[in-house]
Amino acid sequence: MKNRNAFKVILYLVLTVASFAMVFPLIPLIFASLKGATEFNDTGPLTPPKNWFNFHNFAVAWTQGNLAHAFFNTGILLSVSLVGTILIGTMTAYALDRFDFKGKKIIVWSFLIATLVPGVTTQVATFQIINKLNLYNTRLSGILLYLGTDIISIYIFLQFMQSIPKALDEAARIDGAGHFTIYFRIILPLLRPAIATVIIIKGIAIYNDFYTPFLYMPDPNLGTVSTSLYRFIGPFSASWQVICAATFLVILPTLVVFLALQKYIYKGLSTGAVK
Amino acid sequence: MIKERTKRQFIPWFYVAIPLGLLALLTFLPVINMFRYSVTNWDGVDPTRQYVGMSNYGKVFTDPEIFHTLFVSIYYFGGAILQIIFALFLATVLSYGLRGANFYKSLLVFPFLLNAVAVSLVFRFLFRGGDGLGPGGLDVLLQHLGLGRFVTQWTGNPHVVNFSLAGVSIWRYIGFNIVLFLGAIQSINPELFEAAQLDRANRWHQFRYIILPGIRRITALSVILAVSGSIAVFDIPYIMLGGANGSTTFVIATVKTAFNLGRVGLASSLAVVLLGIVLLVTFVQRTLFKDEQVDLV
Repeated sequence: MKNRNAFKVILYLVLTVASFAMVFPLIPLIFASLKGATEFNDTGPLTPPKNWFNFHNFAVAWTQGNLAHAFFNTGILLSVSLVGTILIGTMTAYALDRFDFKGKKIIVWSFLIATLVPGVTTQVATFQIINKLNLYNTRLSGILLYLGTDIISIYIFLQFMQSIPKALDEAARIDGAGHFTIYFRIILPLLRPAIATVIIIKGIAIYNDFYTPFLYMPDPNLGTVSTSLYRFIGPFSASWQVICAATFLVILPTLVVFLALQKYIYKGLSTGAVK
Repeated sequence: MIKERTKRQFIPWFYVAIPLGLLALLTFLPVINMFRYSVTNWDGVDPTRQYVGMSNYGKVFTDPEIFHTLFVSIYYFGGAILQIIFALFLATVLSYGLRGANFYKSLLVFPFLLNAVAVSLVFRFLFRGGDGLGPGGLDVLLQHLGLGRFVTQWTGNPHVVNFSLAGVSIWRYIGFNIVLFLGAIQSINPELFEAAQLDRANRWHQFRYIILPGIRRITALSVILAVSGSIAVFDIPYIMLGGANGSTTFVIATVKTAFNLGRVGLASSLAVVLLGIVLLVTFVQRTLFKDEQVDLV
């Protein structure tokens, strides 16, 4: 019995040390974000702030750093890309799972091959195409790239669709429903759990993406959360307490979403990995 | 009825037209163009471009600045292996179902979900010091722990910078490995553990003979993916340091060659080499895990 308790203590110790390593890097940042300029310069990074409710830096970051506009831009990209991904992904999965047609094998293979090409390798050439389409420095470039290079969602939908009985379609067809009615009224609602998974993993990926807005939308007016935060480095380098506040503001939505949807996120991560 | 059948030949094309078009435009066309550009000296703007044969590919292995980036990826690969070992250990501990395990799990996984720029700034601030700005959080912690002699320029010293960055990479990605490993451990038949307890097998034996074989595949898969992952590192070293102090990775070199130096031809050959490495790694992975492929047709 004694042995068992000692073992438990060791396990807790291991977990505590590991968790501390994960949390520690954020502590100086949170402390700094709540300090005034002189306090920031006079105190060490691990000294807690005098006033825990000094939100001045957050206000500066939100207004002068244009973070408000950045959240708006990211919001647009997120909503349009997510709706588009869901429509495109579910429609593709519907066509591939419910129809037998010539050329189906080729389509499946071309999607399969595309998963092998990591997006970051082809940016050099993709950039030229976006440029030729006159989409450089437009929101549409980001949206197109998020829609067009996402094959994992299609797989998630396809896998889930295979578990929806085909008898449902047949019954609807006998009742006179057309293919679009079947897709829209029967398949789409039943895909809800898969849609939730896709929204979570795709949503996090878009919110965190740096290189798409950085390379394709350098116009500060189109700045997303990532690129706007990146632009803090130059102008605010003399007041890191503001950069820290801005960083915390970017982390905050992730924290809220994570706490609310933890279970689904764990599930989404494992599903997305096994492509 | 025949009419209905022909109709069903055409309907699906209506559903797949857009994704197929995007796939062709944004994945296949760039890959083809990349090969075409890679044998030219194109600058990305000039309407003309000259054929230069394989000379761009030669530069990948002769230009010391580009060749050096391949060594940088070794740090990340080493980091990835450490990360897999830590994750395996932590996932095993979490699988014992201790009280509060979920709380610890969320702390370990949370960093994986964070924005790349936010992570970069968190660590730029943590690592600061040595540049007249006063000590960073890490230095102060080390001093408190009596380890002050280890204080160094975490990102300013070219001999240290890639260790620091590999450390950041572990911090960022370990949670993902933990989720995968924990999922694999929890899908092991619980009867095996019950039988082991009846046989009075200790924790180590349970780990060695039940857990380890149960997660062998996902571990091997993680190691294989670490190879391509460590060459494709981009955002953290780029955002934190712009690739300075010897932290330039292969992808940073590619992006800079194309977008800052305007040498699209050379950058394309770098991208082709990277694609080749990734395809090779995937090929090895598919060969080793043939029986695990999901049949989609």
